[in-house]
Amino acid sequence: MNFNKVYALGLRHMYLISNSLPRIIDLIYWPTVQIFLWGFISKFFTLNSEYYSNTVGIILTAAILYDFLFRISISFNMMFLEEIWSRNFTNLFIAPIKISEIVASLTFTAILRALIGMIPAAIIAIPLFGVSVFKLGMPLLFLLLALYLFGITLGLLVTSGLLRFGPSFENIAWASLFFLAPLGCIYYPIEILPNSLQIIAKGLPLVHIFEEMRSILISGNVNYFDIIKSISISIVYFILGVIIFYVSFLGAKVRGTLINMGE
Amino acid sequence: MFIQIKNLKKKFNDSFAVNGINFEIDKDRTLGLLGPNGCGKTTSIGMILGLIKPTSGEIIIDNKNLDTFKRDEILARINFASPYIELPKKLTVRQNLEVYSRLYGIKNRKERIDEISEDLNISDFFERKTGELSSGQKNRVSLAKSLINKPEILLLDEPTASLDPDIGDFVRSYIQNYRSKNKVTILLASHNMAEVERLCDSIIMMKNGKIIDRGTCKQIIDKHGRNNLEETFLKLARSKSEF
Repeated sequence: MNFNKVYALGLRHMYLISNSLPRIIDLIYWPTVQIFLWGFISKFFTLNSEYYSNTVGIILTAAILYDFLFRISISFNMMFLEEIWSRNFTNLFIAPIKISEIVASLTFTAILRALIGMIPAAIIAIPLFGVSVFKLGMPLLFLLLALYLFGITLGLLVTSGLLRFGPSFENIAWASLFFLAPLGCIYYPIEILPNSLQIIAKGLPLVHIFEEMRSILISGNVNYFDIIKSISISIVYFILGVIIFYVSFLGAKVRGTLINMGE
Repeated sequence: MFIQIKNLKKKFNDSFAVNGINFEIDKDRTLGLLGPNGCGKTTSIGMILGLIKPTSGEIIIDNKNLDTFKRDEILARINFASPYIELPKKLTVRQNLEVYSRLYGIKNRKERIDEISEDLNISDFFERKTGELSSGQKNRVSLAKSLINKPEILLLDEPTASLDPDIGDFVRSYIQNYRSKNKVTILLASHNMAEVERLCDSIIMMKNGKIIDRGTCKQIIDKHGRNNLEETFLKLARSKSEF
């Protein structure tokens, strides 16, 4: 893998962001709106419920982590869609780059885009609601790693769909995360789900990530076994995502869709 | 032979877009690829670029089979320009050329970008976003991108389509001049017969996925008893037989 080429592909997207103030604002705007929205909802529950005293902290931390996942996945998809929208797709795929370099550049650039949005939102939550995601301590890094891997996997699956079905698959890109959110047990414990869905949910890394987050915030206990489990599940999905992406790319070559991919 | 195409076929669903074509291009020569819309030109170019997997047949470039040799090593020696593909609109001309010079692994990037920009008269709008440029300006930027790696093989798909005669002539002259100064093998697909006559050493005519004639422009014009390539093209395109 040539890191200069991976860097070049990433540079193309960073130029795109730095050339456009609306894009920068857009990246920061949505996570911030999420924080405001969930901050006020949580505050309402705190004032009106005795379920647990740290409602704001737990829900807001969950919102920040979920938004990180959302941004990673959407960033990955957006960068791929940008190539289709700008009709640059052919230029890119005739350049002497490996598919692994394209995946690597999207993977690395996605985290930059996600952090541009997430860091201001996480910081705003501290003075505004007295909630700091950083209270999770060192495990935060591992939880973010698991979310990052799973977010990239979702991005890979959606881009595989774009390669297979063309730009018409675009709408799925936006909806993909909402399909998984109910099963991810982001804002509620897994026990809320019916038994049959609990089995499916346990096959997703999200349940383990958010259960662990709640456990740390409520009891202060860190269960590294669960953290490793969530990362391991994410890695399995990631490998599956990469395989599906390669299969879709080869399928697109057979169908001839790479040369006509456009708006 | 620098490029060899052997019995190349591409089938989409039940019909052949390209049906058993064979041709060769000598090193540093220019071959024109002519034919009516839908005759298989773009599919053929797509297969040579590695964007489309042939159903059968072989593409051999400099004795290396495209199907078995490392894709990125062959692509480093090729480039492509077409008005139907674009560079990212929101990036400036300089940013686009920088990105592509990195992707093609150009060592002296700044010197190469400056050189090509000077040659193609694009320095004046170097810091403007590509999407804000006129068709003629975009076309020259696209050509600059296609020459950024000093390709040994250049594929051009209607390089002067949608250009006014003045800019069209500039581009044709530039290609002609570039070819005389650099070692480059060109495959040119075009509907502009004057352009083909001016730039190509030989041509192949395609119809319904097959090659129906080949030779130098003069040979083909003489063979069909016409006055110029345009008339010859019309005769071949409108004929029901495949010669």
